[in-house]
Order: sequence, then C-alpha cells, then structure tokens
Amino acid sequence: MQATHLASHRFGYSQPQLQALANDPRSWVLAQFERPDAFNTEGLVDSAKAWQISRDVVQAALNPSTPPNTNPSQDALGPMTPARQVLRQTNLHGLGKRWQHMTETTTPVAERWVQFWANHFCVAATKGTTLALVWPHEYEAIRPHAWGSYKALLRAAIVHPAMLLYLDNAQSIGPQSMAGRRRDRGLNENLARELLELHTLGVKAGYTQDDVTQTAKLLTGWTVGPNTAGAARFMDNLHQPGKKTILGNTYPEGPQALDLLLTDLARHPACADFMASKLCRHFVTDAPPAALVQAVAAEFRRTDGDLKAVAVALFSHDLAWQKDLPPKFKRPEECLISAHRLMQKKVINVENSAYWVQTMGQAMARAPSPQGWPDLSADWLSPDAVIKRIQWAERYGELYGKDIDARDLMQQAFGPNLGTGTAQTIARAESGAQALAFALASPELMRR
Amino acid sequence: MTSPKFSRRAHLQQLALGAGLAATGLLPARLALAAQAENNPSEQRLVVVLLRGALDGLAAVPALGDPAWAALRGGAETPTALPLDSTFGMHPGLAHLHRWYQSKELAVVHAVASPYRERSHFDAQQQLESGGDRPFVLSTGWLARALQATQHSAVAMTPAMPLALRGADRANTWTPSRRPNKSQDTLDRIAAMYADDVPLASALAQAMAQQDKSMGAEPATGAGLTVLAKQAGAFLSAPRGPRVAWLEVGGWDTHSQQTARLGRLLPALDDALAGLRESLSVHWATTTVLVMTEFGRSAAMNGSQGTDHGTAGVAFVAGGQVAGGQVLTDWPGLGRHQLLDGRDLRPTRDIRSLIMPLVQRQFQLGTGAMSTVLPGAIQPLDNLWRV
Repeated sequence: MQATHLASHRFGYSQPQLQALANDPRSWVLAQFERPDAFNTEGLVDSAKAWQISRDVVQAALNPSTPPNTNPSQDALGPMTPARQVLRQTNLHGLGKRWQHMTETTTPVAERWVQFWANHFCVAATKGTTLALVWPHEYEAIRPHAWGSYKALLRAAIVHPAMLLYLDNAQSIGPQSMAGRRRDRGLNENLARELLELHTLGVKAGYTQDDVTQTAKLLTGWTVGPNTAGAARFMDNLHQPGKKTILGNTYPEGPQALDLLLTDLARHPACADFMASKLCRHFVTDAPPAALVQAVAAEFRRTDGDLKAVAVALFSHDLAWQKDLPPKFKRPEECLISAHRLMQKKVINVENSAYWVQTMGQAMARAPSPQGWPDLSADWLSPDAVIKRIQWAERYGELYGKDIDARDLMQQAFGPNLGTGTAQTIARAESGAQALAFALASPELMRR
Repeated sequence: MTSPKFSRRAHLQQLALGAGLAATGLLPARLALAAQAENNPSEQRLVVVLLRGALDGLAAVPALGDPAWAALRGGAETPTALPLDSTFGMHPGLAHLHRWYQSKELAVVHAVASPYRERSHFDAQQQLESGGDRPFVLSTGWLARALQATQHSAVAMTPAMPLALRGADRANTWTPSRRPNKSQDTLDRIAAMYADDVPLASALAQAMAQQDKSMGAEPATGAGLTVLAKQAGAFLSAPRGPRVAWLEVGGWDTHSQQTARLGRLLPALDDALAGLRESLSVHWATTTVLVMTEFGRSAAMNGSQGTDHGTAGVAFVAGGQVAGGQVLTDWPGLGRHQLLDGRDLRPTRDIRSLIMPLVQRQFQLGTGAMSTVLPGAIQPLDNLWRV
C-alpha cells in the first residue's frame, strides 16, 4: 500500500483522484486539522426546536383526539401523523446536509474525526424524546468542539438536550432536593454510569457502584423539559444537596461541581489511554500497535486533551502509516459515502440511501446502544452483510452505471493498489451497470 | 481481535468453491452440502434468544408471594400478573409463554445470572456470549465452539455475526432482503473476485449456501422480531437447514417509564416466540428455546419509574422436551438484607448451568469438548427435561 492509498482510504472517505495526493499525503492529512471545512447549518433546526418536534410526535401518538389517519402509510411507529411528517422532513433534511458535507468536503479526514467523536458520544433516536435530536447533537455539540479541548467537547456532549434525554438525566432528581422531597421521584444513574464507562474512563478504570451513585447525585439538576423550553439547563430544585465524593475527590453542591468533575475525569490517566486506544482502533487497525496507542495517549496527557494536538500525534506517527496492517471493514455509511465520493455524485434520494444503509446493518441515528456503532471488522463482516452490500452495489450499478466508467473510476482511486482480480472482474463485466456493481462490491471499496 | 479466519484459508476456499459451483449449477446443491446432516425427524434443534439491554426479571416474572414484594414494587405489576405458582406470576404481556407454562412446555429459571458481577451491559454481554469466567478472556462464542466440535450449522437472524457465533465455520447471518440479488452471474463473479480476501470469500460462500438452503421457501419480507422468528423456524425446518438459530432484540434497558416500555416489548417477544413455534410446526417437539439477558435490574424502582442495572434476573426455557410448568429457582428473597449490595436480586444460579444441558442435548459432546465450550467447573441444572 502506498502512503497516498492510506491517506485516501484508511484515514479519509476515499478520494476520486489518488494522484492528487501524491506530492505529500501526510501533509494533506495534517493540513486538514488546520483548516477543516466548515459545516453549513443554514436552514437546520436548533435543539430547542428539535425538542419540540420530538415532543409533538409523542403528544400526537398519546393524544386520542388526533384526527383519524387518512394516510394509508403506517409503519412500526404507528400512523403517519402531521407531527411525524414534520419529524421525517426534519431528520431527512439534517441527514441530507450531513451527507452532502461528507461527500463534498475537501477535508475528509477531519470529517472522519468529527464522526468518530459523534459516535463516541452516541445519542440515538430510539426514544420518543430524542426522535429529532441526534443530528442537532452532532452539529451543536460535537462539530464546534472536535478540534478544541476534550473537556470542552465532553461538557458540550453531555450538557445537551439530546444526551440528557437519551441517558435519562433529564428525569433524575436528587432524593433530598426540593422536588425530590415533594414527590416520589429520585435518582436515575444511567448517564452517570455511561459517563464513567463509555465517555471518559472505560470499564476497567476501577470505579465502584458508589462512585456511580455519587456521580448520579452530582449530575442531578442538569435537565431539559417544558420548564426549560427545550434547552439544557441546571435547575436548582432538582439538585441533590450536599458534597459528593467520586474516585476519592470531593465535589461541592451546585452546578459548578459538573465542570470540576469533568476536568478531573478528563485528566484521569485512564481517560487518555481509553481515548487513544479507541482512536487508533478506529483510524488505523483493529489491533493497533501498542507504541502508537501510547504515543497518542502521551500527547493527550501532555496537552491536557488538546484534540488537534492529539490528531497531529496520531496522523504524523509512522506506525499509523504502516503499510501491512490488517485493513478494516468499512461501516455501511462509510461505504455509501466513499461510493458517492468516488462516483462524484451527490446523494440525491436521501431516504432511499438511508434505507440501503439500514439494510446493510446501520440504521441512521439509531445506534443500538449508548456504546455507539461497533468498530471491529468482526462486528460488521458477516454473510448477511456481504449479501446486502452486493445487493446495494447491484442497485447502484443500475442507477449510475450508464454514465460511469468503472474501470477508470477504480484506476483513478486505487492506482497501483488495485488488485488484478478486481480489475479483471470489472474489465470483463457484461455491462456498465455490472461493472460498477463489481467496483462497489470490491474488497478495495469495502475495506480501508 | 485477530481473526482465526486467516488460518483456515484452504477450508474456506473449498467452501467458496463448493457454494459457487452449486450456484452455477455445475454441482448439484445437495452434493455441495453433503456434509450437512440429512433431515431426520428426531434431530434436535436449538434456538437462543438474547434480550440485549437487560430485561427486568422482576417485571417479567414478579415474585408476588415474597414478603418484601409489595414494599419494593408498590404493587405496580401485581394486579394483572398471570399466576404461575404460590410465589411467582408472569407479566400479562407474555400470554403465549404463560400458556406454554400451563401446558408444561416452558420452565422459568429465576435469580439466575452469569458470573459477571459488575453492571456494564457491554462487558456482561461479552461474558454471556463468550461463556468465559470474566469478560474478554474468551474472544469466540460458546455456540461457535460447540458448532466447531460437531457438524452442526447455525444461522443468526441478524445483520452482524453475534459474538456467540464468532469463531465457527458454519455460522451464517440472515435478514430479509429489500431486493433479492438479480443476477446469479453477478454473484458468482463477485465470489471469484473475493478469492484473495478470505474473510469476504467465506462470508459470501456462507450466504450463498444459506440461499440454497432456503430455496423453495418464500423468504420473509418486512421487519420485526416476529418476521425473523418465523423465518428462523423455516430455516430450522428445512431438510438440510441449520439446526441452531440465534435471535436477538434490544430495547430492554428500561431506566425510565418501564411499565409502558415493557408493555410493548414483552408482547412483541411473546408474539415472536409464538410465531417461531407456529413456523416450526411438528419440529417444536424436538426444539428447545432459551431466552436470556445479560443481567437483571435493580430490585427497587429508581427515581423515574424505571430500574437501573442490577445482577440476577430471569431466563426462560421452552420446547417439546422441556419439563415445563415449574419455576426453577433457589429463591434468595427480596428483603433488604437478602439483596446483593442492598439493591439487586441476588444470583443463586449460574446461567451456564442452564446453558450446559441445552448444549449437551443439542450437540452430544463428550466431557473434553464440553470443557472447551463452557470452561470451568459448572454443575448442569437437573430436572430440565421431561423426555
């Protein structure tokens, strides 16, 4: 594998012209973190509006006075109410803008970096309250902080309506708070546990059930709801009074405790190790070299989690550019985006493409758990997955194969790294449609 | 995680060749699949259903007769529970399962857990599916190791291979197709294109073999667990089909508004299991179904009408040979001092002691092979079988 190949396919979303990176592939990658393309949020809803849209869908489903459904379309979520039409349009618009950015960006490695953190701080539309909030979480909380300090990213990702609702902190109430003493309500430890286990330290960091409970108490008060008009806010009357002790550190009562805790978690040695191992596994290979993970973790610690410096440490390290590491199997969305980038075609029918990605195993905005989409090849490469990718490739061959020379496309994108088997299979195709299907189903396209 | 697939190159290429030739008609499918056991009415079948996210065992099978029950759960589930015995009831959403209990085809195993004692879903699922003493000590699944020791094949009704089946040569995955492959020629040429990429070639060969096995049956369309369960029954009933099937469904992590959510999830599970049975038809007599989850939930409700991560929970075993109509449990009690850490149902049975007799019946393994499937000193559960 040439360095150009690794820059284009391992680190990015596949470039249509491999030759364009030939001068200096490493600088091409690193420069993206100096000047990442801006994401255009024009016309997209903010999270308060998205909160209202989600709420309207739930209310319409609960409200028996909703007019009888005259639209025959009905799916697993029930009848297609007007509120659901708004939801559908909002989410398709958000996804469409996102896919437009991913297919057209000139800084695809930086975009992969954003998507890594969006998945790390996973929120999903698997609850009524978060139905419209997944894409706003990405463009409000993740994108603006993806190259800043990890602690700022962590705070933005946690104190966002999407996360507070997805992991139930919005309804966690200090048992001795003003609200807790009045009502039979209390703690919910969902966000507290995942903050420690998934977002910062990792499951092996040695925290206890008591640390989880104390963290849940510290997090009480951070909420979103009708009283906050859909914004994330600290509500004193929900907050558990008294000091909290977590991992040996004591935190005061009140909203200021959150920043103190997140700063301590971000500086915990286990956090740097956990982030570095996840980053290297995602960007390089399933079992990354220990020396690479250590170097990235060391930079994370040295810079107090400066994510741009961490990116530079990762992408400038020789071990990240090692040529003979086992390649990864792309996630379905990565396949879709790299196909569109190589074909130089916009995603025109967003709903249809989303359906294909779902069929291939990745339902957009609906990751199966707070852990986000899994990241090992074994998590994705299965008989059914391969069959579904071939079905998708066949369909895309029919749609686009008439205007695209698949031989040329693959030669431009992979150059000397194009396998002879793949090149021959494409060359011997009986039609343009079949040739493009072979290209999109090829090992070259499915792996990175 | 390094893949064992790279070391099985020759075998996999043969497999790919066999399936490819069968698909092109150069070799009859039945010859390519000759290694598959012929259909035999007494053949055992095993279905494993994993509920990801941790089902609340005390909501599914409430301990109504426990002295601490009323104080702990406030009677939320009490009024409508279907009766099981003097202590336990069953959630009203599990009406089919309750009928099977009454007809002695379903046993409930309560206060059961894997040896895992922390409260991470992801570690707990890894441990449950791998069968290890701790999370991540084993990187293959217990079902996969049992398959490897025998000639059985399995199908998971999932887009991705579940860990339980990773490490097996004859494990497949299947979900409904939106649009079947149009051209066998395209498939065959792609199979040839994958010759140098063993994991891809192997996956495609498996998928093509699965298509052969389901030939003649109309493949399922649509979505949802019931569709998958019925198709699993069709695969298990096919003459040369797999004899082990895996189903899974998420959504059980009910930290809030649990009653409403389980009110949807449990009937959906119940409906799917009824669909599986209907689709298995006469083969129900030789099928055993295990329904399991990674851990139970906190004994008390939390502050938002949900439950947080706990320890012991419930499992179900159903089928034509199961000694049903009983709740198998060494009940630890729900009093404050009886709970684990003062908060969780205390585990009194290792779920591997339940898995072990199912594996023994399905795969007929000797002691040596069994110790690789489920390592460690595990005492199999008695009294599980009627016949």
